[in-house]
Amino acid sequence: MSNDVAVAGVGMHPWGKWGRNFVEYGVHASRAALADSGIDWRDVDLIVGGETVRNGYAGYVAGATFAQALGWNGAKVATSYAACATGAQALDTARARILAGMSEVALVVGSDTTPKGFLAPNAGERWDDPDWLRFRLLGMTNPAYFALYARRRMDLYGATAEDFAQVKVKNARHGLENPNARYRKEVSVEDVLTSAVVSDPLHLLDICATSDGAAAVVLCSTEYAARHGIGGGVKINAISTVTPTFPQTVIDMPLLSTESTNAVPAPERTFKESIGQAAYEEAGIDPADVSLAEVYDLSTALELDWIEDLQLCKRGEAEVLLRAGDTTIGGRIPVNPSGGLACFGEAVPAQALAQVCEVTWQLRGQAAGRQVEGARVGITANQGLFGHGSSVILSV
Amino acid sequence: MTTTPVIDGWFTTGPEPALLGSRCTTCETVYFPPTQGFCRNPACSGDEFAETALSRRGTIWSYTDAQYQPPPPYVPPTDPFEPFALAAVELPEGLVVLGQVAKGYGVADLRVGGEVELVVETLHDDLSIWRWKPVTEMGEEADQ
Repeated sequence: MSNDVAVAGVGMHPWGKWGRNFVEYGVHASRAALADSGIDWRDVDLIVGGETVRNGYAGYVAGATFAQALGWNGAKVATSYAACATGAQALDTARARILAGMSEVALVVGSDTTPKGFLAPNAGERWDDPDWLRFRLLGMTNPAYFALYARRRMDLYGATAEDFAQVKVKNARHGLENPNARYRKEVSVEDVLTSAVVSDPLHLLDICATSDGAAAVVLCSTEYAARHGIGGGVKINAISTVTPTFPQTVIDMPLLSTESTNAVPAPERTFKESIGQAAYEEAGIDPADVSLAEVYDLSTALELDWIEDLQLCKRGEAEVLLRAGDTTIGGRIPVNPSGGLACFGEAVPAQALAQVCEVTWQLRGQAAGRQVEGARVGITANQGLFGHGSSVILSV
Repeated sequence: MTTTPVIDGWFTTGPEPALLGSRCTTCETVYFPPTQGFCRNPACSGDEFAETALSRRGTIWSYTDAQYQPPPPYVPPTDPFEPFALAAVELPEGLVVLGQVAKGYGVADLRVGGEVELVVETLHDDLSIWRWKPVTEMGEEADQ
């Protein structure tokens, strides 16, 4: 039995620092997605909200908040939290209900308002919370974790600071024409290398900002889409939300250590590798068939890790692809044609949905100014705190 | 100045300090930070742990530094803030443990695969923390 569901419509609120309430962004994105689908809000029978912890509280940043703002229509409601994978988990909830025949049309929405500067834990003393302890004991920020991964690429695979900068240059160029991107300006290698070092070897321009933004996706069954002639044939073939396998051997935010391999050997795949692998297996799609990838470039170097984690090249060879222009639009496997987090900045509960919006536009041939010609299959990937991660495969 | 560990039961002090892990008495898996109550090995239902001192030496898995002052609850020991290095260190027990790098050492003193040793230093005020100190090999001393 096919596990496909149809993407009926997608929409976003532009990323930026708008200083307004997240509900407003969410409504904007939802209305855009509904308009794109041609489906009336009153015909939506399920709303799933992406939640975040940092701004507001869980009961407020929830599906029902968006349902009320759009006008109570009696739809069922669900809310999900999965750090950076929040949007994909919300999407998976909607997909499961549709495949089970419990829902016909679902609206999935994520929205965020983010503070300036380093993402930091909430106030208070929490000596049993690793996310608090890493700051208290070590001063270990998010960019410091990104920098550990970046340094390994340099010492193991010969990556250079120029390679990392080149990822930013590429993504900045990709995002130039993207109306939803926050940063739409060319960046040079020199700009990156002369920006301040935050955590060696990463410069300020290697690290993504945090942004306000919202994204929404209207999902329906493939039968519904065919019956009403909507969606342009774009289907979700797989949503992977797997957790790690014990022992988790790659140091991961916000933890202070990995799990030991002294009693149980390391699993065959790392967590990030397993996220993509599960998506490929569910979709029955080979990495060689992927036309484009939207990956979580929290740092420039992390984009290179993802290219390998998603099996788009062998381990240690992502710089070869980058230098050859293979990951640029027009190349063999364009990565982050939207401009990625480099052009957007991170709006946590919206980001995984924004990746799905971009892939949808690419598969429909509607990504004006950044179109990957002939795109048939797109994959997304992200990873967040506490063993959350996701990958979505779409095709047309 | 006498210092007190910033957190209880995570490391010993004295001339040969060590991190204190927990060993599951059922499956032998070693954990750091110390744990109790339940073993996280999915094939093990163990709920008893023995305290175990971890190896004092390991190799650098990766490293970086903090050139900007981290946000609270980090407490800066100096004003103005002085950047410090961080290392993720692979121990013979098969796990990687993060730590700040010993005072006086920066990223230029570190490399992936390099050897480090555990030391205990002042974190701020009268509180102490474990840190990783590069082991200088014979013959390198003269280069510094």
